[in-house]
Amino acid sequence: MVKKTSKAAKPARRKPVKPKSYKAAPEELKDYYSQMLMMRRFEEKAGQMYGMGVIGGFCHLYIGQEAVVTGIQSALKKGDAIITSYRDHAHMLACKIDPKLILAELTGRSGGISKGKGGSMHMFSVEHGFFGGHGIVAAQVPLGAGLGFAAKYRGTDNVSVVYFGDGAANQGQVYEAFNMAALWQLPVIFVIENNQYAMGTSVKRASSETELYKRGESFGISGEQVDGMDVLAVKEAADRAVKWCRSGSGPILLEMKTYRYRGHSMSDPAKYRSKDEVQKMRAERDPIDQVKQRLLDGGIMTEEEMKALDKAHKTVIAEAAKFALASPEPAPEELYTDILVAE
Amino acid sequence: MTIEIRLPAMSPTMTEGTLSKWTVEEGGKISSGDVIAEIETDKATMELESDEEGVMGKIYIPEGSEGVLVGTLIAVILEEGEDMSALDNISEDEAPVAAVTEAASISVAASNAPVHSAPEELGFPEGTTFTTMTVREALRDAMAEEMRRDEDVFVMGEEVAEYQGAYKVTQGLHDEFGDKRVIDTPITEYGFTGLGVGAAMAGLKPIVEFMTFNFAMQAVDHILNSAAKTNYMSGGQIRCPMVFRGANGAASRVGAQHSQNFAPWYAAVPGLIVVSPYSAADCKGLLKSAIRSQNPVVFLENEITYGQSFEVPDIEDYIVPLGKASIVRSGTDVTIVSYSIGVKFSLEAADILAMEGISAEVIDLRTLRPLDMETVIASVKKTNRCIVAEEGWATCSISSEISARLMEDAFDYLDAPVIRVTNEDVPMPYAANLEEMTVLKPDWIVKAVQTVCYVKGDE
Repeated sequence: MVKKTSKAAKPARRKPVKPKSYKAAPEELKDYYSQMLMMRRFEEKAGQMYGMGVIGGFCHLYIGQEAVVTGIQSALKKGDAIITSYRDHAHMLACKIDPKLILAELTGRSGGISKGKGGSMHMFSVEHGFFGGHGIVAAQVPLGAGLGFAAKYRGTDNVSVVYFGDGAANQGQVYEAFNMAALWQLPVIFVIENNQYAMGTSVKRASSETELYKRGESFGISGEQVDGMDVLAVKEAADRAVKWCRSGSGPILLEMKTYRYRGHSMSDPAKYRSKDEVQKMRAERDPIDQVKQRLLDGGIMTEEEMKALDKAHKTVIAEAAKFALASPEPAPEELYTDILVAE
Repeated sequence: MTIEIRLPAMSPTMTEGTLSKWTVEEGGKISSGDVIAEIETDKATMELESDEEGVMGKIYIPEGSEGVLVGTLIAVILEEGEDMSALDNISEDEAPVAAVTEAASISVAASNAPVHSAPEELGFPEGTTFTTMTVREALRDAMAEEMRRDEDVFVMGEEVAEYQGAYKVTQGLHDEFGDKRVIDTPITEYGFTGLGVGAAMAGLKPIVEFMTFNFAMQAVDHILNSAAKTNYMSGGQIRCPMVFRGANGAASRVGAQHSQNFAPWYAAVPGLIVVSPYSAADCKGLLKSAIRSQNPVVFLENEITYGQSFEVPDIEDYIVPLGKASIVRSGTDVTIVSYSIGVKFSLEAADILAMEGISAEVIDLRTLRPLDMETVIASVKKTNRCIVAEEGWATCSISSEISARLMEDAFDYLDAPVIRVTNEDVPMPYAANLEEMTVLKPDWIVKAVQTVCYVKGDE
């Protein structure tokens, strides 16, 4: 009898393990709630100040998407780098950057994090591992791959987290970056914040393959779809992704299904979707409400404590706004500084 | 019939080559497709295959011959049934050996002759010794020296590592520094440029090679929007210490998409330093400065000059500062401002003008942003006449910029309007005659100088 020999098996591509529900410690849950609430209050304030005419140009709010950056950032450590698009205020808060510096940048004042020369879309803090704040859709993707390249070049176990939207996911340079990141096994977590709309165009109207987590497959990059409205689901996926990258397994892709409540920017009337759609999302999936309910159900926080926290946050934001309006405009000499590094 | 083997052109810019090795001896049998010799071109070492079958009759150019001109008879293959007597059929006027030797030696002399001013004129200390080297060797040495000096410096681009560089500029670097620091990229300019900029933001010092700057257009967003502006937009927090380098300007017979000068495009952008040197010494010293710079530097080389030799000073750690022009030939009657290969044409024009009694001062700008107008204006104050020679288009060019600045800042010192002498305002044609009609040449510079000097040239 001829013994059947099995064909030389192609080594199966390693895949991250299946998600388990993440159990957050009470303090952790409180922290997520606090952070997300701060982001929301900050963005609401930014929206108001834009309406008052003290913030100029473009202003893209993150309201509705808070769970994504909160969950991912909580999985990172010092030395890790993050980079994102122009919808960047909350990412900075997640990096523990002082809201004063952010708001003063939005008002274009000398006290802003870029001395008033960057604006809402162009903010950075090397100290906090925050590499922008980029105004060109998808430019941050190869840049972020470069941050991962630097981590590997230096022999650290740090990772780079690259946030981009469903709109950016259709840019060619994303795939150039995927290719190199996989080819060179760079420690990069590509996070697609799929908020369903690239400005006014829905994913369905712009993408031939709407399951964006599959976009890395032809490069050998494992992808996973995550409920981006649930901070615990995000945290769980982020933990595994970070572990994957730190262990030298190369890049990984997380598609965060999320939703922005506001328009693309302050000047967007958002007529491309129904009010009902937004309302339904707010009522049923709101990331902050979800955590709030968990806190109440678990007896971790009371309504009163939550109100007190909200008040404290509002005070911080009010002070930041005061600073952002009191800080002087940049001195005329600043026009000519920082163009080149003096040598 | 005997089959004559002549040295073929193996790259667009190849005019001569080195016959590094014969792989068949005289009398050896040859089948179609056999490699018969190895030829070192300006770009790579190539294998020469025989299209024919037969026996190697006679080798005319021995192994190791350098500077063998394209078209030179290097060997004769005998077809089946022919014997050595067939070689007698090669007529006397094709007698290859003598003719070739002479041609080869002329070519070697021509390519090695330094067209630059005498070194002492350029301000090197007395007693400085020099080594003759090509521009490509000088560029390679600059990178190698800086990579030895600083672990954070690495080079990435298409074919820079295992292939040793599409134009051999990175030759040897991969052997010395390995995969980690000499990185072959996929053909993905937008992506790898962005990746390089990201690595620079994280504090590394990438040298991003573009095979030619024609392809950098795919990546220009990252050069302008990501690299040039981030220091400003971050209020000085995020630096971009890196070099974008590669061949720029007209090549030879490659048509409109592969033959153009982008210097004015980059020089228009605040936040970039733009360098476009001519001599090998400047290429070396400026590339070292560029790599050390904390700023993004666009370093524009010239393919035609890669193989040209110059005297490079034997000074340890030879550095040329960014932002400083060089007076490469002193004169009193007229100032010719140029950069890159335009300097070669300008120096040739100055030689012709000298015979007519016109003393031309030639300035090599070397750095195009920031422009060293101080040196240009000081010269114009002396000569009172200026032309700008640029191998590129005239509209919105470096010549236009120099011309405008002289109007603004040195108008009273001018005895004649500044003339821009540039390529024709057309996409680069492929046909040899049309290409020849398009590209800047010394004659045009001579005529322009005659015009600003109000001298009538020989008609």
